[in-house]
Amino acid sequence: MPLLEIQNLQVHFPVNQGVFAQKRGSVRAVEDVSFTLEPGEALGLVGESGCGKTTLGRAILRLIEPTAGRIVFNGEDITQLPANSLRARRREFQMIFQDPYSSLDPRMTLGDAIGEALDIHRLVPSVPARTVRISQLLQSVGLEPAHARRYPHEFSGGQRQRVGIARALAVEPKLIVCDEPVSALDVSIQAQVINLLQDLQRERGLAYLFISHDLAVVEHLCRRVLVMYLGRVVEAGETREICRAPHHPYTQALLSAVPGVDCDLKRRRIVLKGDVPSPIHPPDGCPFHPRCPIAEARCRTERPERVETSPGRWTACHLVGRQ
Amino acid sequence: MPLLEIRGLQVDFGSTRVVDGVSLTVEEGETVCLVGESGCGKSVTALSIARLLGTPPARYAGGEILLQGRDVLRMSSVELRNMRGGVVSYVFQEPGASLNPVMRIGAQIREMLTVHRPTWANENEIIRLLKLVGIPAPESRIRDYPHQLSGGMQQRAMIAMALASEPRLLVADEPTTALDVTIQAQIIELLRELQQQLGMAILLITHNLGIVGDIADRVAVMYAGQIVEEAPADTLLDQPLHPYTQALIRSVPHIGRERQRLESIPGAVPAPGSWPTGCRFEPRCPIAHTECASNSPNLAAAKPDRRVRCPFWE
Repeated sequence: MPLLEIQNLQVHFPVNQGVFAQKRGSVRAVEDVSFTLEPGEALGLVGESGCGKTTLGRAILRLIEPTAGRIVFNGEDITQLPANSLRARRREFQMIFQDPYSSLDPRMTLGDAIGEALDIHRLVPSVPARTVRISQLLQSVGLEPAHARRYPHEFSGGQRQRVGIARALAVEPKLIVCDEPVSALDVSIQAQVINLLQDLQRERGLAYLFISHDLAVVEHLCRRVLVMYLGRVVEAGETREICRAPHHPYTQALLSAVPGVDCDLKRRRIVLKGDVPSPIHPPDGCPFHPRCPIAEARCRTERPERVETSPGRWTACHLVGRQ
Repeated sequence: MPLLEIRGLQVDFGSTRVVDGVSLTVEEGETVCLVGESGCGKSVTALSIARLLGTPPARYAGGEILLQGRDVLRMSSVELRNMRGGVVSYVFQEPGASLNPVMRIGAQIREMLTVHRPTWANENEIIRLLKLVGIPAPESRIRDYPHQLSGGMQQRAMIAMALASEPRLLVADEPTTALDVTIQAQIIELLRELQQQLGMAILLITHNLGIVGDIADRVAVMYAGQIVEEAPADTLLDQPLHPYTQALIRSVPHIGRERQRLESIPGAVPAPGSWPTGCRFEPRCPIAHTECASNSPNLAAAKPDRRVRCPFWE
């Protein structure tokens, strides 16, 4: 049984304008997304800003309410679960945020930030047990037990991100949604956090939904990946396969845009024209057609269906297999 | 004579030294990348070229910055005004924060033209510049306010402004960091094309080693206020000599490489003011010798065309 099953998830935000704030349309942040995540698996979710990847990550944890679709966690449909039962379930799924400077309360010591999660879920019977547990958690992410009494401003970005990870681990979740956890960090610190996430996954059998704009990081951490564009998943499959031979023209462009350190590995660069269209007025047909270098007439009118090219690998493009 | 020659530049903020003896040259028409992590002093070095730092808090404690042979640090205010924008133009990281939000794009470019090339301060020239940087339908864009453009388009408008005065040197401080990968590729491509067309020199400040291989002729790597290695771009990436550069390259995941464990650099970048006394990389260095903790190495020539601040590079 998969740990997480997402069926046709949709998130629309109303756009209100005018004197009486009438609804004038909606931002279609996530459209018809389906996938499954196995226990202990790291699944990547890549895309550029505004493609809906963060909204999707938050909707899965019901931090944003989805407008349609189903979220099945561990065999249980949590889409309509009332708030109090949802809170108990949240022990099983946690989140790590992008910016370690804004995701920690500056007035709470690290010990209290981590301890809060323990208190809410009543996981420790006594104050000494709480202290011991906090020390263990700090050590498991490479910090010192003595740090529990210090405040976030005393720590660097990489150390703060470790605290964010310790806080997520406190309730022993099965799934952690990592929303760009290394993007705000310096290059030499990124590697430390990536290695830590990898170690924790192996030791504890954690499942990750790893949201990132950086395909290289995702390829390093995740066996499978979903590529999102304008609210839709356009390609999915094994990360290594997709990086070796991307099918969707968007994935091809995304991959060729990654600046490569290896000079000899450099591929023919595909530079896309224009910008991502507005999700308030997404284009008809294929969402990528206005920027697609190989778009045909029917791409402008017909929305492409998923085409499975090999088991577990599919692409939403009319022209796949014909290039 | 090189276009830009920085000799032993030292910059202090209060009593804290932030840039400590940086020497760097940029020839006419050359692209040089200055690479480093946050707090290494790369942006302060870049801003010093046109003396853009506020004094105080900053203080130029030593060295000289020769721009076309004349020392920027000793220029009068009139000379400075002609040099800024005239010889050197800047493109900054966040186009949204650098453009004036209450002025139309066309008017902002016209301002540059009025100051530096008054006879060309007309609409045709503005449209030509917007076309040059690849902004579609420039005739109507000229009346847009910055918020009506996307991040990539705003950065193009910034570049058009920087080019309006026909500078000899374009200093781009993290020009693509705030942008998405596909847009980043567009801007790097644009800078490369513009350089071929206009023959200006580019000094690109970045933390992303990946960009280096795509655009740079030469690279200087900075760490804790000093340049630790300088080399032609392709040789630096293939064969880094300084342990910091080596570690930096190995700590970034690469597409298509086996999923081995990343080599991380232990510890964190030391903040200005708490730099180690000997070699500044010594506490994090995998090959540190005992004497490294007390002897601070010089940036010495190693192989033709290369300089490295480590006596154990072989």
